Amino acid sequence: MFDWRWDFTWQILPRLVIATGNTLMAAGFGYAIAVVLGLVFALAQRTPSRTLTFVVREAVEFIRSTPLVLQIFFVFYVGPQFGLRLSPWTAGMIAIGLHYAAYLSEVYRGGLDSVPKGQWEAATSLNLSTTRTYFRVIIPQALPPSLAGMGNYLVGIFKDTPMLSVIGVAELMHTATAIGSETYRYLEPYTLVGLIFLAISLPTAAGIRVFERWVRRKLGLS
Amino acid sequence: MTDEDLSGFPLALEGPDVPMVSFRTVTKRYGELVVLDALNLDVAEGEMVTVIGPSGSGKTTVLRMLMTLETINGGVIYVDGKPLTHMPRNGRLVRADSRHLRQMRSNIGMCFQHFNLFPHMTALENCMEGPVHVLGIPKAEARARSEELLDMVGMADKRDQHPSRLSGGQQQRVAIARALAMRPKVMLFDEVTSALDPEVIGEVTNVIRRLVAEHNLTMLMVTHQMGFAKDISDRVCFFYGGRIEEQGAPDELFGNPQKERTQQFLSAVKEAN
Amino acid sequence: MSYVEFLSQYGDRILSGTLVTMVLTVLAAALAVAIALAAGLMRLAPNVLVRGTATVYIEIFRGTSLLVQLYWIFFVLPLFGITLEKFTAGFVAVGMNLGAYGAEVVRGAILSVPKGQWEAALAINMSPATRMRRVILPQALLIMLPAWGNLLIELLKGTALVALIAVADLMFQVKQINGTTFLSAETFGTALIIYYILARFMITPFMRWLERFMLRKVGRV
Repeated sequence: MFDWRWDFTWQILPRLVIATGNTLMAAGFGYAIAVVLGLVFALAQRTPSRTLTFVVREAVEFIRSTPLVLQIFFVFYVGPQFGLRLSPWTAGMIAIGLHYAAYLSEVYRGGLDSVPKGQWEAATSLNLSTTRTYFRVIIPQALPPSLAGMGNYLVGIFKDTPMLSVIGVAELMHTATAIGSETYRYLEPYTLVGLIFLAISLPTAAGIRVFERWVRRKLGLS
Repeated sequence: MTDEDLSGFPLALEGPDVPMVSFRTVTKRYGELVVLDALNLDVAEGEMVTVIGPSGSGKTTVLRMLMTLETINGGVIYVDGKPLTHMPRNGRLVRADSRHLRQMRSNIGMCFQHFNLFPHMTALENCMEGPVHVLGIPKAEARARSEELLDMVGMADKRDQHPSRLSGGQQQRVAIARALAMRPKVMLFDEVTSALDPEVIGEVTNVIRRLVAEHNLTMLMVTHQMGFAKDISDRVCFFYGGRIEEQGAPDELFGNPQKERTQQFLSAVKEAN
Repeated sequence: MSYVEFLSQYGDRILSGTLVTMVLTVLAAALAVAIALAAGLMRLAPNVLVRGTATVYIEIFRGTSLLVQLYWIFFVLPLFGITLEKFTAGFVAVGMNLGAYGAEVVRGAILSVPKGQWEAALAINMSPATRMRRVILPQALLIMLPAWGNLLIELLKGTALVALIAVADLMFQVKQINGTTFLSAETFGTALIIYYILARFMITPFMRWLERFMLRKVGRV
């Protein structure tokens, strides 16, 4: 029955805190990859080339429709079959970064589409270059409506990092399972993992909402 | 559209009276729908031409083609004697590439029905964006010139406001200053008062009146304000079904229209007011 | 080994895993819909306690990982005297997780039914319960269907995690086959394609059909 042991809790807490660092690092790296690669995916779908648009669109659909945990296994195990050995960290970052890049490209696409046509026309009438139009006119306006989605996926990528434990990345879940199999006690480690996730994801989600309002004010959009 | 015969069109317009803008048998189609049917229209330097007509008559398309927001399906448009929609290559005209368009576009400025100010920039930043980043004018100089223009349109005190803090009339006046800051030879006004509340239309039309009185700009305007068009234009063109049905001096066209369709349109407009 | 040989040798196991995945998806989806409706309605209740309970449930399940929830239900819940068999633990975890996300969809859809509808129902003196059942929910259902299409695909993907507590689903089968053959591209690649087919050519068309069906039912076509 219910027998929470506080001495055991204090004993394993340091290990879990260190593992939390790894989890945050994985989420941060993965997100950085996703943010940049997602923009590449989104912009690739706006080029005049129909073939490129089609290929990227289908790839994004494929990545979004299949399980991340399976993609992690795929990236980690398929390399060695062809002589390319990836470390768990590298494989994990590729898989999770690619997965969330597909999601973020949809967020960016929605944001870019939400900028009124008149803004493009005004930029043309002022003879702004395409690059300048994107970076100075369109993206600043596409950003605020994208922020909520970007924030959701930042929290999402953080919550999906436990899947990296399946290929041996020593993040929070992996450490908790290791503690469990060493001590045969699962109550404390798994409950603590849940509490640590809550303690990070809830304030982050709230912080993102505040940040979103701040950006809107800063850009004079509200 | 690709294999059209352009041999009849000159590589450039020359002579003493070259018009500032010249449409030569310009055709525009959306699929089957013919929006403009072999349009010929010349606008002299310093002339103010107003385009009127029922909706769907192709009048806004004329301005949008001149701003290169729409491609054309036939004919050639010349600006200041040089082809706009095409460019000379090995002694003949070919479709303009983006470099040529960029070069030619610097002659033309446009104001839109819905202003299209950049919402994340202040009034002043809107005006400075083009001069600094397209024309490469030093910031201090661009700022001084933009402030001067904002002063001219009566918006100097609102220069640090974002568009969301401005009324429609105020936004449109900033948009006019923004277009003028690029020092265009031709200014296009596309229904600039249509989205405004009646009580602020005057502040925008007064700015345009001053422009006509004090500057030698070539202007093309699409409007539903017949009284304004009559006061201000050198010439009025009545568009119907993708063609110029009738054109002439404002007193003649409004006072004594010759064609039946012009009469019908003008009396319908009069009734509505 | 050619791919055809691979399929003829391991096709049966892959197929049985696919069936398990499909059954898990259906069971988890039913649970998720039920939880989403209940929690979504509770979130709009006037009673603070009812509303609070739903909020806590939603925040906990959306604030932590599905994998953490699955392990907790499977490994920790027995310590409280609730032992679930691994298959049950699997679809319960997935259903409860997606139910929390669905609850927010339900709540948003109900709130986006135009105010005039609420007022019209009040004007003919409907009770709050009748109004919700007869007027608001049918319209909210139409609004939320597209979002459920995405949620169901997330749910299908979520079921792959139950392989980690040894439920013999598609993910589990290919992981086992990979462990003995090391044909990673064939095993994991095949599974990726099957998940894609399930999502894109079964769930998506089904949701489209459901949308059309519902539209006809409320006479909007």
